[in-house]
Amino acid sequence: MSLNEEVEALRSVPLFAKIEPSKLKLLAFTSERLTFPAGQELFHQGDPGDAAYIILDGQADVVVDTPHGELSVAKVGMNDFVGEIAILIDVPRTATIRAETELTTLAITKDLFFRLISEFPDMSVEIMRELAHRLEATTAQLREANSAP
Amino acid sequence: MEKSIYRYIIRYSMRRQVVLTIMATASFPFLYAFYELPKLIVNSAIQGKDTTFPTSVSQIQFDQVEYLWLLCGIFLGLVIINQAFKYVINVYAGITGERMLRRLRFDLYGRVLRFPLPQFRKTSSSEIVTMVTAEVEPLGGFIGDAFKLPIFQGGYLIVILAFLFVQNWYMALAAVALYPLQGYLIPKLQRRVNLLGKERVRLVRQLSDRIGETVAGVQEIHAHNTARRERADFSHRLGAIYEVRLQIYIWKFIVKFLNNTINQLGPFSFYAIGGYLAIKGELEIGTLMAAIAAHKDLAAPWKELLNFYQRQADAKIKYEQVMEQFQPVGLAEESRQLDEPDAIAPLSGEIAASNLSLIDDTGAALVEGASFMVDAAEHVAIIGGGGSGKDETTQMLARLLSPTAGTLRLGGQAADTLPEAVTGRRLAYVGSSAYMFSTTVRDNLLYGVKHLPLRDAEYDDETRQATEKWRVEAIAAGNSTDDINADWIDYDAADAPDDHALLLRIFETLKMVTLDGDIYQLGLRGSIDPATQPGLAEQFLKARAEFHTRLTDPEIAALVEGFDPEKYNDNATLGENLLFGTPIGSGFDMERLAENTYVIDLLEREGLIDVLLDTGQQIASTMTELFADLPPGHPFFEQFSFISAEDLPEYQAILTRINRDGIATLRPEERTMLLSLPFKVSPARHRLGVIDDDLQQRILKARKAFAANLPEEFRGMVELFDVNGYNAAASLQDNILFGKLAYGQARGGERVGEIIAQVIDDLGLRAAVMEVGLSFHVGNGGGRLSSAQRQKLGIARAILKRPDVLILNEATGSLDGAAQTAILAGLKQEFDGRGLIWAVHRPSMASDFDRALVMKSGRVIEQGTFEELNREGTALHDLVQAE
Repeated sequence: MSLNEEVEALRSVPLFAKIEPSKLKLLAFTSERLTFPAGQELFHQGDPGDAAYIILDGQADVVVDTPHGELSVAKVGMNDFVGEIAILIDVPRTATIRAETELTTLAITKDLFFRLISEFPDMSVEIMRELAHRLEATTAQLREANSAP
Repeated sequence: MEKSIYRYIIRYSMRRQVVLTIMATASFPFLYAFYELPKLIVNSAIQGKDTTFPTSVSQIQFDQVEYLWLLCGIFLGLVIINQAFKYVINVYAGITGERMLRRLRFDLYGRVLRFPLPQFRKTSSSEIVTMVTAEVEPLGGFIGDAFKLPIFQGGYLIVILAFLFVQNWYMALAAVALYPLQGYLIPKLQRRVNLLGKERVRLVRQLSDRIGETVAGVQEIHAHNTARRERADFSHRLGAIYEVRLQIYIWKFIVKFLNNTINQLGPFSFYAIGGYLAIKGELEIGTLMAAIAAHKDLAAPWKELLNFYQRQADAKIKYEQVMEQFQPVGLAEESRQLDEPDAIAPLSGEIAASNLSLIDDTGAALVEGASFMVDAAEHVAIIGGGGSGKDETTQMLARLLSPTAGTLRLGGQAADTLPEAVTGRRLAYVGSSAYMFSTTVRDNLLYGVKHLPLRDAEYDDETRQATEKWRVEAIAAGNSTDDINADWIDYDAADAPDDHALLLRIFETLKMVTLDGDIYQLGLRGSIDPATQPGLAEQFLKARAEFHTRLTDPEIAALVEGFDPEKYNDNATLGENLLFGTPIGSGFDMERLAENTYVIDLLEREGLIDVLLDTGQQIASTMTELFADLPPGHPFFEQFSFISAEDLPEYQAILTRINRDGIATLRPEERTMLLSLPFKVSPARHRLGVIDDDLQQRILKARKAFAANLPEEFRGMVELFDVNGYNAAASLQDNILFGKLAYGQARGGERVGEIIAQVIDDLGLRAAVMEVGLSFHVGNGGGRLSSAQRQKLGIARAILKRPDVLILNEATGSLDGAAQTAILAGLKQEFDGRGLIWAVHRPSMASDFDRALVMKSGRVIEQGTFEELNREGTALHDLVQAE
């Protein structure tokens, strides 16, 4: 996959959809493309967070440890952005992500992420917007959950 | 050491000085004859005065011309004899001086080895270096001249003067009339120059001290931004040296001026007085001429003598100055360091200190009346905070420091009577930062078992003769006659009968200090010479084959892209693909392939230049697009860009020009700039999509042509990849890998490392890799190792010589917790039945020891087992609680 294809992939990620292509190209060029064989973990719950991943290809399981063993809570796939919480704020990984099929990702290290944000303020606005969307969605879910019974 | 330089000279070179004196004296008659002869030639042979021809010499008849030939022949003979005398005397004096210089330096170095440790706080290493190297240098020359020069030159002067006085004493007297004044004035002036010279030596010594400090403290200079201050300080010192040098210069020329002027008074009096007498007929022309010739030669010895007088004063002072520095209080006896006892019994029994005290040069008591008694086979922890005196106590136990009062008995013997042959072998000491010498890991480890040459080195006839010559010369200069090339390793001390057992013992020791993994890694990154170790190279080729067999597993296959001569390696750069080998030296600098004439010629022949220029243009435009918005100096440039921030505008200009005028108009250096870019691109890593299949095929073709046409001068500069050949220029790891780590495989490097480790273990090559790791050169002061590695190596070195008592002074304080625990456990086990005295950095560590000594303010305040002492109200308890 060449840089231009990666840029196309990045543009399909909602978080980066509105960012200029040239910035995305820099993001793609400076981040490392990492391939995980099926079964390998991207990271484990409780680990310190050092990078976030944009999934370019493949499927992965989101797993949390419970007292009764592992519990698969979601699946992520192409164009999903995972692991960003742990690089935005210093918290341990909240879940484990394990490749289900061979998984191609772009790994964005914490360092790189903050450099890009400080260099290109547009990007941080986009990220803020995306996070606000998520907050809104989560709040809505909570409301529903509370009003359900 | 002798108090004055003359005593030193007489003591060590009496015989040679006598020979020199005799030779000098023997030369005088010939010298006199040499001055007498011209008079005879002019007066008798040429002018024919007082001689009737034919004349007879030894009953042979000579006419006038023949007589002239005879005398001239004799004159020529005398010239040769006199010069031969000079030559022989000078060479002999030179040898004497050089031998004495060698002896002096050796003596001084020997003294440095015997300095009491506190002395090194007063004298800096750079001061010692300048004293032993530069400052004593002129002493060598002086020693050679010490007797010979005044006798030879003085005699020479007297001969010439005698000759002049015999000719005509008025004239002679006039010629030397000002000599007394000169003899009085010049040394006075010269003394001034010499004082300045001494000042210069002092300043330069301080300067070198400062340079040494700068190098040692360079971190602080960076960390505190004091470069400006350091520059000012250095400049100030240089200024002072300049002033002194300038003064020396000026005074030197004043002396020269006076000297030359006074010397010219000689010819003045010859022409005036001699000429007057000749006109009056009271002096023959030949005599006058001979007198002028003789006088011309008078200046040289006279100058030499004046000079010598100053050199002598100078040498005396310099010798005394240096000796002062090398005569510290508490200098150890030479016998203590060099005596080799008949048998060295193991140290057993009690280690008893009574009233042990140590007072430093400021009068502060570091240890004050410490008394204790432990068994030499016990494990003892010494506990105490900073200033408790535990550091100094361990150093006194190891006999590194001598107590200022009190007694220390080691196994029934007074410690101060024991030679280093005992304390340095039966005891071992490791402080908190072990020093590593600038040699291999192996040599550093074995440093503790190399006390004396045990087995002669093997020589062939030629080298044996050379060695014997060296030895004879070393004896003549009073140097060490031990052969540095002999085998010094004491296998018995390491409890290893042979090299193989020693190696196993080293591995065991390294494991004990948790350094085996590090050495293995160093080994993997090291290399072997297949020419000297063909068997081993073969083994690693097998490992390569085995590794690549395992790569057929698709899981692993993705991790490595092997080198295949027929395939373009996506994980390697274009440069690496073209070279397809490991560069040796700077012939093929990977960063500057576009400047290499052979590479460019090759690309030209292969018709690749235009394609690569195009590719370069694409890369340049991508880079300018990506990085143009970033401020210069942004870390991304360093990390990711092919183009540095400084070069970016230039590339932008090039691109603009290409768009406007076409690529053909570029200047040669601009073409080189563009061409340099594609060489750095690897398709897998950079994903720029600029190296398409067609280009790859053409590079493969060029790769073959590169290898086939490699000119003679470039042969040794690249080792081409060959799947069946060991690559001497690459590391062991790269030889096994024989390919590139695939880019972008999660934990790829780690997983490949594991597979390589498996292959190495399966083939039984671990020991071989470790051995390569042992030949890793640790750099200056061990700088190529981490401080933890140095410390572990220091502990391993002490274990390896199997001391009866191992003394440690916070030796694991700087290591991580896991290593501390492992080493403590390992040492406890290894030294079961032998002594272990450990000044611990954490009081709780003492719980593992048989006995604990608690020190405070230089005294032992509690002693007993840890359990006994660790209860409410004891100092130990407080220390443990405070931990």
